[in-house]
Amino acid sequence: MSLLAVSNLTRRYRRGGKTVVAVDDVSFHIEPGETLALAGPSGSGKSTIARLVLRLIEPDAGAIEFEGDDFLALRGATLRARRARLQMVFQDPLAAFNPRATVARVLDDPLRIHDIASRTERPRRIAALLERVGLAADLAPRAIHEISGGQRQRVAIARAIATSPSLIVLDEAVSALDVSVRRQILDLLLDLQRQERIAYLFISHDLGVVRAVAHRVILLDAGRIAESGDARAVIDAPQSTIGKALVAAAPRLKRTTQDAS
Amino acid sequence: MSPARRFLRTPEAVAGAILLAALIAMALVALLFPGDPQAIAGPALLPPFQDWSLPLGTDRLGRDVLAELFHGARASLAVGLAAAAAALAIGSVVGTLAGFAGGLVDEVLMRITDAFQTVPSFLLALAFVSVVGPSLGVVVIAIALGTWPGPARIARAEVLSIRERDYVASARAIGMHPLEIAFREVLPNALPPVLAMSSVIVAAAILTEAALSFLGLGDPNRVTWGGMIAEGRAVLRTAPFLSIVPGIALVLTVLGVYLAGEGIVETTAVRRGLS
Ligand SMILES: Nc1ncnc2c1ncn2[C@@H]1O[C@H](COP(=O)(O)OP(=O)(O)O)[C@@H](O)[C@H]1O
Ligand SMILES: [Mg+2]
Repeated sequence: MSLLAVSNLTRRYRRGGKTVVAVDDVSFHIEPGETLALAGPSGSGKSTIARLVLRLIEPDAGAIEFEGDDFLALRGATLRARRARLQMVFQDPLAAFNPRATVARVLDDPLRIHDIASRTERPRRIAALLERVGLAADLAPRAIHEISGGQRQRVAIARAIATSPSLIVLDEAVSALDVSVRRQILDLLLDLQRQERIAYLFISHDLGVVRAVAHRVILLDAGRIAESGDARAVIDAPQSTIGKALVAAAPRLKRTTQDAS
Repeated sequence: MSPARRFLRTPEAVAGAILLAALIAMALVALLFPGDPQAIAGPALLPPFQDWSLPLGTDRLGRDVLAELFHGARASLAVGLAAAAAALAIGSVVGTLAGFAGGLVDEVLMRITDAFQTVPSFLLALAFVSVVGPSLGVVVIAIALGTWPGPARIARAEVLSIRERDYVASARAIGMHPLEIAFREVLPNALPPVLAMSSVIVAAAILTEAALSFLGLGDPNRVTWGGMIAEGRAVLRTAPFLSIVPGIALVLTVLGVYLAGEGIVETTAVRRGLS
């Protein structure tokens, strides 16, 4: 049984009288502990799929099965409780946090909401979470806007793992970071995956990163799946036109594939 | 430069702050000095600057005008602040619920807001006090009733933009209850433009209170500036100071509130613009 099974997912947007099919009949599945990458040009529907999977928006058609349950059937308190198992990390960690929040508060929220630790125990849990993502525990009282972009993304990851999820959706989670910080965050994600068997839905337009971290990849084009399969196989020898275009547009990648051949 | 320093370098803001500080001092001092404003203190209609124990003279009943003025400051300030606070609180809550919930809730709440906004707020206050009866609390509610739609609209507009932000999606994704998202994540961030209205609202509330008192719809057990002006009207030709003194106090107060409020908004807005 797959951890997440998405079938025939469709989502349309109406904009100024005409309809955009942002996600068009998309099906895929993710196994426990696996990294599935969603890649595609800007506007191909990656973020829409992320939001659909997280039930932040509702699909026009299709089904989502998560941990064996019909995820789209969950409502209210049941849905909120289940959200502990399915977390998200956004591209811009500054936008993803309340501008008034402190590090401690954004980590306290999931622990409090899901009753993971008592009020007195939570500061210790927050310190442990910070250490888990490679941050100093004394960062807790700092305001989110005071810390660096890399630290912020680590805090976002700490918040995502606070509830011990089985799946984390990473929507361009490393795209805004500079190269050295990106490397460290990717290492942290891989490390967490090895230890906790977390599955990732890894969204990126950077095929170099996808090739390095994903087991399988789905290439999207205008809301449809253009190509999918083993990440290295697909990226090293793309069959679809969009796949070839994406590989051609990734300069770092071209070099590595040429080196390999 | 810190906002406080920038505030101090704005002459209008400083003038407003001084006026406001004087008003607050008057309101506080009124508890001890200069005595009971309802007591007969001397001969009737004593002009100002004649007797130094009654520097602003006396009214038709021989009551100390200075004492009345100080106690009136208390009433004006209390009613103005309380009514503005109530209007801002109701407005932010209604605006946040409407903007955040959307759909039918939004529709219903905004229709109610429309209804309140269509009726001129002074008429609404007048009608409410006439029906319920004049007392300080009723006057506060009456003024707030006509004032909250403005803040509600501004809060709603702000909430509509905030609810699309990633951090709201992030709060939903961790399973936060919608009411907690609305009031803990969204509302505090929607407040700055709402609070920016507060100086205008306080000033308007003080004027509305004075107008109600002038029409005899203020709390009859309290001295208010509006009531003093109304009292003085009967002897306007022979003792114009009885209306002029509280009139000047009213003008200076409204000006002070407005200038100080604008100063605060301006200096904090610059800070937000820089960061
Ligand atoms: N809230 C929205 N309203 C209207 N159109 C939208 C909305 N969100 C996304 N779209 C459209 O849906 C398509 C897919 O967008 P998105 O999922 O954000 O793509 P990606 O993340 O791959 O860049 C685009 O054409 C985009 O303009
Ligand atoms: Mg996107």
